[in-house]
Amino acid sequence: MPKPIISFPHLGNYSIPITFFLEKTTNAEVMIAPPITKKTIELGSKYSPDFVCLPFKYNLGNFIESLETGANILVQAGGGCRYGCYGEVQKQILKDLGYNFEFLSLMDNGKVSIFSIYKALKKLNKNLFFLKYFYYLLLTMLMLFFMDKIENFIRLNIGFETIKNSFKTKEKEMLNQFKQTKGFLSLIYNYLKYKSQFKHIKINKPKDCLKIGIIGELYTSMEQFSSYFIEENLAKFNIQVKRFTNLTYLLVKKKLVKKKLLREVKKYVTYDLGADGLDNVARAKYLIKKKYDGIIHIKPFGCTPEIGAIPIINKVCKDYKMPIIYFSFDAQNSDEGIKTRLEALVDMLERKRK
Amino acid sequence: MKKCFLGIDIGSISTKGVIIDEDNNILYSDYLWTEGNPIEAVKRLLANLKKDFDEQKYKVVAVGTTGSARRLIGTILHASIIKNEITAHAIGTTSLYPKIRTILEIGGQDSKIILIEDGIVVDYAMNTLCAAGTGSFLSSQAKRLNVKVEDFGDIALQSKNPTKIAARCTVFAESDLVHKAQMGYKKEDIIAGLCKSVALNYLNNVGKGKNIKPPIIFQGGVSKNKGVKKAFEDLLGCEVIAPKEGHLMGALGVAILAKNSNKEIDFDFNVTDINFETRGVECHKCPNNCEIICVMQNKKLLDAWGNRCEAGSVK
Repeated sequence: MPKPIISFPHLGNYSIPITFFLEKTTNAEVMIAPPITKKTIELGSKYSPDFVCLPFKYNLGNFIESLETGANILVQAGGGCRYGCYGEVQKQILKDLGYNFEFLSLMDNGKVSIFSIYKALKKLNKNLFFLKYFYYLLLTMLMLFFMDKIENFIRLNIGFETIKNSFKTKEKEMLNQFKQTKGFLSLIYNYLKYKSQFKHIKINKPKDCLKIGIIGELYTSMEQFSSYFIEENLAKFNIQVKRFTNLTYLLVKKKLVKKKLLREVKKYVTYDLGADGLDNVARAKYLIKKKYDGIIHIKPFGCTPEIGAIPIINKVCKDYKMPIIYFSFDAQNSDEGIKTRLEALVDMLERKRK
Repeated sequence: MKKCFLGIDIGSISTKGVIIDEDNNILYSDYLWTEGNPIEAVKRLLANLKKDFDEQKYKVVAVGTTGSARRLIGTILHASIIKNEITAHAIGTTSLYPKIRTILEIGGQDSKIILIEDGIVVDYAMNTLCAAGTGSFLSSQAKRLNVKVEDFGDIALQSKNPTKIAARCTVFAESDLVHKAQMGYKKEDIIAGLCKSVALNYLNNVGKGKNIKPPIIFQGGVSKNKGVKKAFEDLLGCEVIAPKEGHLMGALGVAILAKNSNKEIDFDFNVTDINFETRGVECHKCPNNCEIICVMQNKKLLDAWGNRCEAGSVK
């Protein structure tokens, strides 16, 4: 048996807490997949069914690149849509390609839970006590929570930084500190330290700046490469961006607010729409209430839950005269069309204000 | 000497240019095929415009570019403003037709819809993953039927009984068309059916869920096709205006934007004598291999773009 090396697909900056968690609980070596590039998506598309949605292709590309650089244990989670079945299919595709590896699904009976993750990790580390596992789970969750908090703050302000890249550099520095977390105290200390440093970054933000909310499918929302860095592009136009989807929301908040959301959009939705469909209808309504200037809805081409939600979101926006544009991403290469539409959206919102 | 402003719209199929005076009146205009070489097309366009241009009376003080090659041409001409075609079309059209509510636009490779309320854009859409029902599709089908695409409209209007042709996707439309032709349908019925399928495809894709209200204007290269115009009128149940200068709206819009930008530049028609070259390079500094476009003026680097990170910056 060769030395176990664990790897997992990318999702924004979350490779840092995930690596931390796996290292602490399994005592094995954890390898972060090579950063996503065009080659990743080319590899992923090449070996994926053509009509499968984009996250599948990116994940598969990540797996192949990880295996090529030496990983032999792959970890995959699951979600509320057909994403839940992706792990099995990916495992089979990779086996058919001739790779030798162990595949670790964090799901049990189609669901990810505290116990299903424990069960999966126990396969790698027989000596893992539940209390130790639980301690690191909480610590990692807190790290995620802090990261998401800071990212939210960055999105609101990065479009107005006076020195280019000051937010990005600071964020990198913070994440490097988070990697070396010793326990709750050091994590909280670092968070508070960087929180105040972020607040002191010089910005030039007018009171009445343009505000845009991003709603839509979770992978394209969180993995910026897959949406052609839509948030970065918006920031270049000096815009305040609000995004709802992050891991804190998906892992904790989503379950708690579901009933409340259903109540809020009772007029438009009677039942849950699957995945984040309901959430997105409610978010559109929230953005209207908070007087945002426009909404961007993003999804991978062929994302079924979002396709179900779009006509409803369209109706909400029509009723309240809220400008909204839709983007469907697939493995195409040129981002010119996306830039054209974003520029047109910003022009439209600016002229509307005048 | 009076000030005037140049707007150029470099599309995938055709390149359009207008020169306007300070009251937005079109002084000169020209229109020619891009032929896959935007730089050459613009040189020819400028040469044509220069022929009629009265250099004693007017001076070009600002330039604006729009269309898919806007950045390339904007860099070469040191344009005052480089704008996306949606904004440019909206500005151009509303300057001539201030009361318009809906702009339908079908070009060579793309199509868009722009909705306007009180002179400002309130909603728009552009075809995303598919180029179905655009000008290039009509051209290729004209070739198949052995008629000139310019005559399409007149032939379509002769039909009394348009054939049904699938509107969902050009691949289906094409196989439908071949099938119907072999079944023995009349040519004018097939062409009329084709025009209708273009209009239907447009309304089902780009126009889906949009609040289309009259007055409606139809522009872009395909608006010259009377058959498609009539199909739109039948489907929407109201009159559709297809103005003579419909292909120039983007260029006009960006000329107006150039005027309003208040950024005066030193423009010379003799830019046609300068040698411009573009070179595509792959970065190779990481597996992403960004394709970087370098624009060279007389062998000197003018600008470069296409890189996603600092590692690939040329300048």
